[in-house]
Amino acid sequence: MELSFINKLGRVVLNFFEATGRLGIFCGQTIYHCVTPPFYLKSLGRQLIEIGFYSLPVVALTTLFSGMVIALQTYTGFSQFSAEGAVAMVVLVAVTRELAPVMAGLMVAGRIGAAMAAEIGTMRVTEQIDALSTLSTNPFKYLIAPRVVAGVLMLPVLVLIGDVIGICGGYMIGVYKLEFNATTYLVNTWQYLKPMDIISGLTKAGVFGFIITLLGCYNGFQSKGGAQGVGQATTNAVVSASILILIFNYILTEVFFNA
Amino acid sequence: MALFNHSVAPQVPKIRMVGVSKAFGRKKVLSGLDLDVYPGESLVIIGGSGTGKSVTLKCILGLLKPDAGRIEIDGRDVAQISAKEREKALSQIGMLFQNAALFDSLNVWENVAFSLLQNKKMGAKDARKIALKKLAQVGLKSDVADVYPADLSGGMKKRVGLARAIATDPAIIFFDEPTTGLDPIMSDVINELIVDTVKGLGATALTITHDMNSARKIADRIAMLYEGKIIWVGTVKELDKTKNPYVRQFVAGSAKGPIQMEVKVPK
Repeated sequence: MELSFINKLGRVVLNFFEATGRLGIFCGQTIYHCVTPPFYLKSLGRQLIEIGFYSLPVVALTTLFSGMVIALQTYTGFSQFSAEGAVAMVVLVAVTRELAPVMAGLMVAGRIGAAMAAEIGTMRVTEQIDALSTLSTNPFKYLIAPRVVAGVLMLPVLVLIGDVIGICGGYMIGVYKLEFNATTYLVNTWQYLKPMDIISGLTKAGVFGFIITLLGCYNGFQSKGGAQGVGQATTNAVVSASILILIFNYILTEVFFNA
Repeated sequence: MALFNHSVAPQVPKIRMVGVSKAFGRKKVLSGLDLDVYPGESLVIIGGSGTGKSVTLKCILGLLKPDAGRIEIDGRDVAQISAKEREKALSQIGMLFQNAALFDSLNVWENVAFSLLQNKKMGAKDARKIALKKLAQVGLKSDVADVYPADLSGGMKKRVGLARAIATDPAIIFFDEPTTGLDPIMSDVINELIVDTVKGLGATALTITHDMNSARKIADRIAMLYEGKIIWVGTVKELDKTKNPYVRQFVAGSAKGPIQMEVKVPK
């Protein structure tokens, strides 16, 4: 009984290290193929549009409402201490440092990570990836590198747009609902705007873009066993990317603001 | 060492496999497989499901790495040469996949011209021209060129897959179960196309199948794979005369004989 428990524990630990190692090797191969020619620019262009342009509505909506709700919440809290003037600052800091990157990351993980895992997974189980190899095309270079590069480039752009929209959301609530003076609100926002807040958010976005696309491609690439395998890959891609985004969000915050 | 051993051979085999073994976990799929395929010949590997036919092809293509043994293309061990040379050696192989494995995000002519567009950096106009020519070779008219693979029947997909496999005029072509899932007439059409295209290109062909009609039609020589080894090699004529009980059972398609299917019966 005791032995079987230890056996099971051992197997779990071994499986964990095996999976981590496999992902590590995959990650290394991906980075290598991202920086060595040939580059498939047409595929890259398609991915830039897919990730950047088509994710805009989702990111815009989530950051808009996040900015709005932060303004509302801080007002109800801060008004008890007559500190309503700090609402603009809190919205600014919350949106640029945390909300825009994390919200955009999670939404894009759901949208793009899932789609990548499903597409590449289907290509795997229908032998299309093997077919690429027989046509002298490296699947890492043709399928994975363009997706990962596009993710790393486009997520910061999305987050920058999300920053602006989130702050606008806070402004809308501040000025039209809480009846702050519009000029004062804008001046407060401008006054507290620090480049570091924006830079940290955009750096996070780049890392999240890498995590989302890498895990989407990895899970798709490793999938086997037909429709069920592809479904499993899709779920794994979204769940693992979301968890890693939150973990790395904490780590990067430590690095930027506590180190 | 290898050179001396085989110096009596009449010509250097296009593909040579020596003692190739491959296992997945505890399951041994190939256990010391030896096979020579000579230039310009069409060799068909027959064998039951799960005997390692597909694994054999994937090992040659470099999609799987054998646990032991040696694979030579044009007399050179593919594991010993540089990555660039290996890429070059493998680039002369075209392959028709079992379910065609067409890229569903690209239309028919883009599939056929894939290698020309992506690797030879050919212009779209020229590539399309070649794609249409290859499609005509497999009996498809130009009106399918702009259709997507999802809208094609099984037989049409196989033909497009064949056109894609021959688009770069490869020196070696692999066929993975070319007639599986097709009706008898379409099977015969595909068999004839295979014979014509292989002879037309002067290519070396390696086919895996369990369809004996197809094997008889395509093959110059037939090899039988059983339990991870080649247990018999011979011409079609020799196939009908052989006393090898395994081959006789497989050709006759009988459930009785030395080959026992592993069927799990619930107790």
